[in-house]
Amino acid sequence: MGHEETVYEALDHAHGGEGHWAFGTGFDDPLAGVDTTVPDGVDPADLGEYCLMLGDDALVLAQRLTQWITAAPELEEEVAIANVALDLLGQARLLLARAGSVGVLGRSREKATESIPDEDALAYFRDADEFRSTALVAAPNGDFAQTIVRLLVASTVRLAVFARLRESRDPVLAAIAAKGVNELTYHRDHAARWLLRLGDGTDESHRRAQAGADAIWRLLDDLFVPTDVERRLTEAGVAVDPAGTRDEVRSVLVQVLERATLRVPGWPAEAPPRGRLGQHGPELAELLGVLQGLARQHPAATW
Amino acid sequence: MSAPPLDRPTVADEQALQDLFDATIAADHRIEPRDWMPEGYRKTLVRQIAQHAHSEIIGMQPEGDWLLAAPSLRRKAILLAKVQDEAGHGMYLYSAAETLGADRADLTDKLIEGRQKYSSIFNYPTLTYADVGVIGWLVDGAAICNQVPLCRSSYGPYARAMIRICKEESFHQRQGYELLLTMMRGTPEQRAMVQDAVDRWWWPSLMMFGPPDDDSPNSAQSMAWGIKRHSNDELRQRYVDMSVPQAEVLGVTLPDPDLSYDAETGHYRFGAIDWDEFKRVISGNGPANAERIARRRAARDDNAWVTEAATAYATKHGRAAA
Ligand SMILES: [Fe+2]
Ligand SMILES: [Fe+2]
Repeated sequence: MGHEETVYEALDHAHGGEGHWAFGTGFDDPLAGVDTTVPDGVDPADLGEYCLMLGDDALVLAQRLTQWITAAPELEEEVAIANVALDLLGQARLLLARAGSVGVLGRSREKATESIPDEDALAYFRDADEFRSTALVAAPNGDFAQTIVRLLVASTVRLAVFARLRESRDPVLAAIAAKGVNELTYHRDHAARWLLRLGDGTDESHRRAQAGADAIWRLLDDLFVPTDVERRLTEAGVAVDPAGTRDEVRSVLVQVLERATLRVPGWPAEAPPRGRLGQHGPELAELLGVLQGLARQHPAATW
Repeated sequence: MSAPPLDRPTVADEQALQDLFDATIAADHRIEPRDWMPEGYRKTLVRQIAQHAHSEIIGMQPEGDWLLAAPSLRRKAILLAKVQDEAGHGMYLYSAAETLGADRADLTDKLIEGRQKYSSIFNYPTLTYADVGVIGWLVDGAAICNQVPLCRSSYGPYARAMIRICKEESFHQRQGYELLLTMMRGTPEQRAMVQDAVDRWWWPSLMMFGPPDDDSPNSAQSMAWGIKRHSNDELRQRYVDMSVPQAEVLGVTLPDPDLSYDAETGHYRFGAIDWDEFKRVISGNGPANAERIARRRAARDDNAWVTEAATAYATKHGRAAA
């Protein structure tokens, strides 16, 4: 693409450093330079499946948050929500690329042409039943209060997993987690600060925050029961058993809700995993219809 | 640190202040928020900066419409980062307007009530993903031509905001152009999409420089004040001269049969612009005006309770605790 340079000679090339550009907006392979060898004794199919669980959660939540763009309460919040969505999108891309690199592509390659990179084959050419995301991230946004409660819960859960995942025997997962911990800490903090303001703001914001918490709490039921894949990979020192994060998650959430003067809803009874096994409600298929529509209309196109 | 309140200036003081202001402008130095300035200068700047800020914010919408459907994760990240930048541009510019005594919420109300305008280009719909690339290439490109000279605006906070904004706009233009290059190397459908988008956006992008010089009543005063540095027609010509070779590299045809190179002047001549369409769109009757304003209004009204909650919380706990 040498001609691009000549076209832009006239333009200012000093972008003030590209450091402020969101991860993954550049032109490089997201896994370039990372050792992608699968650790000894680990089934690549399990590893890929686990990457899909973590990657799909990030992709679906990023898509939900993006629905707020041009509709957020303040310009500052447009910027903040976009930041969170960009971080999650970056995490999703790395994790989906990792799944693809160990050969886990599901049925996506039946529809996606060769030229489409693995991350896009997985994001755009899998049907809902092949997604491994939880109901927590797929749930519609609701109002701003419910969006904030969901972000608080989702980032608290994910941060607890990522903090432990930094010790993973898989170097790629360990690297993704190390980077993600800083991002998720910011996401959780952002959501917690808002929840304090909403819970302890006006009567109306308190009522909405409480309704949001009540609605979101129900979705905690299947987050802490491991799938067989997670069990095997935890055994192998690669994954994190979600059951081991429950107490920490609960104590963080209780602390934030109490400070926000909200009533802590009852913790739901544990249920076997649904989303992690590909069982989803209609809201995920709807979300994917929008996300995937254009890419599927042009399966031979490069973007 | 705030300056001690000045006593009401006498007529003689006023003349001295005016002389100092004139000398500052003549020396091409910057006027800063606490400097004395003529009321007309202040009003013109507030109007221009507010319109510019509104354009950044409304400008998030046409491309924002493709955020959820962007056809690759990389394109989604690029577009989201760009739309986020535009929100940031709006914020810097509203802040610059606030240094002149304006208030962001009040300016937003004026936008929503149709008492202040924004760039007419954002009243056109985005029909395909090629529009995202063409907006980056042409609309951000035109914005750069318009805005690079404003980095030397006589009003300090505006000039400084523009320096930051222009760096990002040039990045947007490069990314838009790169999307189009990629699409032109893709399928025949993708190439057709690019040409179609160029056909729809070329003329509106020429209108971004405003009415022709002989029909631009406020321009002379703005030039004298150093708020504007080049005339509308000069900037438009610069934009055409820059864009034609870029279109050739891309392999698209600009929809103007009169477009030709004039070896004598070294500039491209171009056909007549449909100023009736411009007036129709800027006065509120473009294809998407109502939708753009309705969405901005909904963001304000549907979330009013959030803003109230934040205010109530800050009052209860004191700003320092928040
Ligand atoms: Fe901008
Ligand atoms: Fe831009």
